[in-house]
Amino acid sequence: MNGLLYPFQQSVRRDLLLAARHKTEIVTALFFFVIVVNLLPLGIGPDPDLLRKIAPGALWIGALLATLLGLQRLFAPDHADGTLEQMALSPQSFTLLVAGKILAHWVVAGLPVVLIAPVLGLQFDLSGRSLLILTVSLLLGTPILSLIGAVGAALTLGVRGSGALLSLLILPLYIPALIFGAGAVEADLAGLGSEGHLSLLAALLVVSTFFAPWVTTVALRVALE
Amino acid sequence: MNHSLVNWFKFASPASFYPLVGRLIPFFATAAAILTIAGLWVGLVVAPTDAQQGEGYRIIFVHVPASWMSMFIYCVMAFWAALGLAFNTRLSGMMTSALAPTGALFAFLSLWTGALWGKPMWGAWWVWDARLTSQLILFFLYLGFIALQAAIDDPRRADKAGAILALVGVINVPIIYFSVQWWNTLHQGASVSMTKAPSMAHTMLLGMLLMALAFWAYTIAVALMRVRCIILERELTSGWVKKNAME
Repeated sequence: MNGLLYPFQQSVRRDLLLAARHKTEIVTALFFFVIVVNLLPLGIGPDPDLLRKIAPGALWIGALLATLLGLQRLFAPDHADGTLEQMALSPQSFTLLVAGKILAHWVVAGLPVVLIAPVLGLQFDLSGRSLLILTVSLLLGTPILSLIGAVGAALTLGVRGSGALLSLLILPLYIPALIFGAGAVEADLAGLGSEGHLSLLAALLVVSTFFAPWVTTVALRVALE
Repeated sequence: MNHSLVNWFKFASPASFYPLVGRLIPFFATAAAILTIAGLWVGLVVAPTDAQQGEGYRIIFVHVPASWMSMFIYCVMAFWAALGLAFNTRLSGMMTSALAPTGALFAFLSLWTGALWGKPMWGAWWVWDARLTSQLILFFLYLGFIALQAAIDDPRRADKAGAILALVGVINVPIIYFSVQWWNTLHQGASVSMTKAPSMAHTMLLGMLLMALAFWAYTIAVALMRVRCIILERELTSGWVKKNAME
């Protein structure tokens, strides 16, 4: 068990355990997502044709905002009580520990959004096929949001007004994921097939999985100096 | 032995960079003024009226160089950021933060002149064209960089955090550009092509080049002035600044 990935597993376990003991945070982020998505029909009107058209974008933007909500607390509590410094000083790979925290964040913030998205899609009158593609795109895309978001969370750690600043830094970088994620359903409806969009999304996921934990670690070390 | 290398590192120190820059600024400022006057004269007086676009096209003499500069400055910022992270030089971070406001200014100028040009030509202030959208995102990236640096009190940390952000941004710029382009072709929205006429009159090209050079000189002059201010702010307690201020 004491393999290379041991620090990674321990970090995931610890963060999930902490999250499980503060269940309200998960539930709050999830309901925030549900409410934001449900506000859109109220603002735009109940026309099913229009709703079907905006559904992928609406759900994706809801997912972006829900991810942002949890990101502020990704490193802040550990930074406040000194755990993060101990992690940085530990002989274990700091990058793996950080990667574990990011995965735990996705399980807590991203996965519930993916699971509830088909239900919300039904409210927007999406077909079964579109629902499936939307869910797959969110499954591929929400980890990207957590990974890129972690870089922003590390850069703004302990900074004045970090919440608003985090959004300003991170939201422009989310644009490719948003475009390919929300575009997958639309491409399928247009008869172009969604494989291209989903493949690009998967490619973004691979690239960000490779780079983001490392960049986050560098940014955290700057913040801890 | 290697004299050029020694010289470069000599000017990496703010104390020796400061007077050098002081001598360079008047040169670039004068060049910027002369080139702007020449470029505007060629662009507004000499260049012929465009057959299709009338007089309105003349805004490209500001618009195109501003767009070039806004993209180029981001690359230069990323260059200084990488240098700062690699060699841990203080001056690199100062250069990065000195360039950012000028880059944001040019990105905004490019969007604004683009809107002014788009209204008579396309009949709309704004279309969701790939280039317009990615320019807007570039503007947001500049704002994010400036906001991050402004929010961090410790200048060394601000430099490093800004450097990381600039590098992440420069990797993302091409990804964003291509994704926006594909998004646009998928939507089939405003199918406006911004490709210029292939045979541009020589005077038009000359005017644009002069303006581009003028913007270069302006950027260098302003960035160097700003970096002098930053150096003075940060090195306030060091001996050479006190001596300099006494003079």
